[in-house]
Amino acid sequence: MKTMFHKIWERHEVVPETVDTPAVLYIDLHLIHEVTTPQAFTKLRELGVRVRRPDLTLATMDHSTPTRSAQVFGGAPIMLDSAAAQINALERNCTDFGVELFNLRHDLRGIVHIVGPELGLTQPGKTVVCGDSHTSTHGAFGALAFGIGTTEVGHVLATQCLLQRRPKTFAVNIEGQLRTGVTAKDLILALIGRIGVAGGTGHVFEYRGSAVRALNMEERMTVCNMSIEAGARAGMIAPDETTFEYLAKCPRAPKGADWERSLTDWRSLPTETGAAFDKEVTLDGGRIEPMVTFGTNPGMVMPISAEIPSPADDPVFNKALAYMGFTAGAPIRNQSVDVVFIGSCTNGRLSDLRGAAEVLRGRKVAKGVQLLVVPGSQQVKRAAEAEGLDRVFIEAGADWRESGCSMCIGMNGDNVGAGQVSVSTSNRNFEGRQGPGARTLLASPLTAAASAVRGRVTDPRELLGA
Amino acid sequence: MEPVTRITSRTVVLPYTNIDTDQIIPARFLRTTVRSGLGGKLFHDWRYDSSGAPRADFPLNQPAAANCEILVAGRNFGCGSSREHAPWALLDFGIRAVISTEIADIFSSNALKNGLLPIVIDAAHVDWLLAHPGAELAIDLESSTVALPDGQIATFQIERFARYCLLQGLDELGYLRSQERVIANFELQRA
Repeated sequence: MKTMFHKIWERHEVVPETVDTPAVLYIDLHLIHEVTTPQAFTKLRELGVRVRRPDLTLATMDHSTPTRSAQVFGGAPIMLDSAAAQINALERNCTDFGVELFNLRHDLRGIVHIVGPELGLTQPGKTVVCGDSHTSTHGAFGALAFGIGTTEVGHVLATQCLLQRRPKTFAVNIEGQLRTGVTAKDLILALIGRIGVAGGTGHVFEYRGSAVRALNMEERMTVCNMSIEAGARAGMIAPDETTFEYLAKCPRAPKGADWERSLTDWRSLPTETGAAFDKEVTLDGGRIEPMVTFGTNPGMVMPISAEIPSPADDPVFNKALAYMGFTAGAPIRNQSVDVVFIGSCTNGRLSDLRGAAEVLRGRKVAKGVQLLVVPGSQQVKRAAEAEGLDRVFIEAGADWRESGCSMCIGMNGDNVGAGQVSVSTSNRNFEGRQGPGARTLLASPLTAAASAVRGRVTDPRELLGA
Repeated sequence: MEPVTRITSRTVVLPYTNIDTDQIIPARFLRTTVRSGLGGKLFHDWRYDSSGAPRADFPLNQPAAANCEILVAGRNFGCGSSREHAPWALLDFGIRAVISTEIADIFSSNALKNGLLPIVIDAAHVDWLLAHPGAELAIDLESSTVALPDGQIATFQIERFARYCLLQGLDELGYLRSQERVIANFELQRA
């Protein structure tokens, strides 16, 4: 009896692992972007090696790209020279090595983990890698997807393979029904709070149970996206009718007879009954509340109605609270907020924007609060505009931008100021993540939007009438 | 790549758990197209205040830290992003080994490919090292041991193939490229 992970792993073993050597693992889809690839292409040039399978490689630009329309489309110079240099390097590398690129002005450009799935390139049973730790996102389709470093990006470019030891498996069972106002983001934050930021180290998660089956594909991507924040190598969800329905509409998913063949194959992937996992945890989905982080890693997270914990005598914990400017024992609700960011590979999809818009419709952003809404891709942007979501955001007082990683990582000039408190739908609340001295609270798009309206950390159920 | 066999050095200690790669090298310094020159940005926002002046109380800024090649840190070092700039920055600064009770997966993999040793040893020894900055250690990769000043020996494990490549100074890509025929056959069989 095999888990889905084992089945996919075995299918991709070009050479099985031995005591002395790791497996040579074949990669079906290699996504690349401007920040973690220049040094890999330099290595290829030094060796005189071509990209072995340009047809299995796709490039986009997201991390250091501007989000202001004038800098993307209007001919205004990109504000940061170093960002422009990376963007130009990727253009040149993709031209020289024959890799398809969604460049800055391309209408399919977007965050790498949003682009792959929306095109239908991310498919069940595939191995997917990218020089970015949030590659775990693609596991939502029943793919084995994980982040790699730049040296490994070079390995895949040169050989379409990686040297890998087989990780362990970890079943994450989430049963029950999520309550109104509770989202996939709250679910994954609750898991990280439960097992900690190193709880998954060395393991691949498989999310299972009725609460997971009930999620749509965008919600599943939010969950798998943050697997890495629990230290896991990857996170996966077995493909089912929800997956197939999503893929059927995607332009680069298999078509015709190929589609039928693929469906048969995909249906054979899920973990067999009785297959053993190395580790297991079970959460009651019905008891999860809207969650918000209070510290400087995603494991420092709490239900929004609770009080900031106060473990006795933990200098690292106290250092985190001092950085955040919070007091142990105080409620997190009503803490004042300076900036709200809605976007990122975690929560930058259409359903995330719809959720935020539902809270913001007919309301205004509180005085003194900056709300930045950054769609995950240009396709998401157009779809949101087609249903008028941009109007809702702009009328509420938000800044509506072109797609990219933006304020999640603050590499492109979209920063939170020192000492400012940000409620963000992104994935990391590390010190300085959104800018030097920035204080980040991770939350769902609903919580972020509600907090923008009130100017204070707000339970979205108060505004949704839930 | 230069072979890595033995590292003898005093330690510099960062007594924090969950040190993430955004601390090791903040994201704004990733806007580079080369590997070199990142040592000056290592732990930038912990090392320097907002005016850019070094913080005297930060361990890496203290005179005793000069020329230390071994960093000892709390549990789960290197968590977070996959940026290989983190090991590049540590190596450029002069750090050649990191010792902790737990090191994040991607960081560890990136470190090994650059000749930086990610060394996981037991909690009792790490606790002692955290409490004794500047301890003189001898790390031996062949025997996978850390010799402590009092003569105690802690053992660690490095994935066997990575260890072989480090000891011989080999690039793993050479091995992967030598599998070309097997890879091509694999592709034919799947088609």
